[in-house]
Amino acid sequence: MPTIVVDVMPKPEILDPQGKAVSSALPRIGIEGFAQVRQGKRFELTVDGEVTDEVLAAARKAAETLLSNPVIEDVVSVAVEDV
Amino acid sequence: MTARIGVVTFPGTLDDRDAARAVRLAGAEAVPLWHGSESLEGVDAVVLPGGFSYGDYLRAGAIARFAPIMDKVVDAANGGMPVLGICNGFQLLTESHLLPGSMIKNDHLHFVCRDQTLRVENAETSWTTEYREGENIVIPLKNQDGQYVADDYTLDQLEAEGRVAFRYVGWNPNGSRRDIAGITNERGNVVGLMPHPEHAVEKGFGPDSVEAGRAGTDGLAFFTSAIKGLLTLA
Repeated sequence: MPTIVVDVMPKPEILDPQGKAVSSALPRIGIEGFAQVRQGKRFELTVDGEVTDEVLAAARKAAETLLSNPVIEDVVSVAVEDV
Repeated sequence: MTARIGVVTFPGTLDDRDAARAVRLAGAEAVPLWHGSESLEGVDAVVLPGGFSYGDYLRAGAIARFAPIMDKVVDAANGGMPVLGICNGFQLLTESHLLPGSMIKNDHLHFVCRDQTLRVENAETSWTTEYREGENIVIPLKNQDGQYVADDYTLDQLEAEGRVAFRYVGWNPNGSRRDIAGITNERGNVVGLMPHPEHAVEKGFGPDSVEAGRAGTDGLAFFTSAIKGLLTLA
């Protein structure tokens, strides 16, 4: 079934405490060389049927209204993926 | 007349009973409201209590914001009804766009639980008239997602309009911008804050005070302020 993938990331100007924690944990397991880690969210909306323009529009609306908070997050992509 | 103050329960709310108890101790009738209901039962004011509505899934308050009762709360708040959001209730008020900004995870990533000193910055909101501006109060604080954030424009606007209601004193427990613990809307009827006034309303069960251990009741004036305002209107 086709899936619409929505990626949400914290806004660049917002400090990302979780990403910072992951970043500081990496050297502890011997992984070096990454300047920064930022943590976001991936949503998979499985479509029952065909991905029409209406379905995509509904997914975009969901991304903007419920899946992200525009004060702290950006929707970085809404894309169709065949799983 | 007795003021009637509603306390909303969502799945995962924790502090509804304490909030109702605070309302009663302050001298009003506490009216339980259910998230799935579309009626405010004719209450005069609403408290959105703390807890973890919907397990904080997605973002704190993000799912509760679309509960049927919230449409009514938003309408009533826009009409001037006093609405107080505590902790998860504050997060819910920002998700509902009744208050600007948002809360993210504490900068140090730990859950914090302590008695916290706050400075009352605005003693003219519906929930703060029984305080003095500049007064320090001590009430419990307990949260993981308590870091208040907003863009600089919004923060400047809040400061310029006197809408920062409370600021952390001594220690900023979560990295909140400009030490902000609570804010109000333009009209002053909607107030949101992360610390918990409803846990400091009865001697023997509050924070330690100079008087005695657990004797602090600095939170009670939130509720007496609202009640006094409602009775003046009536």
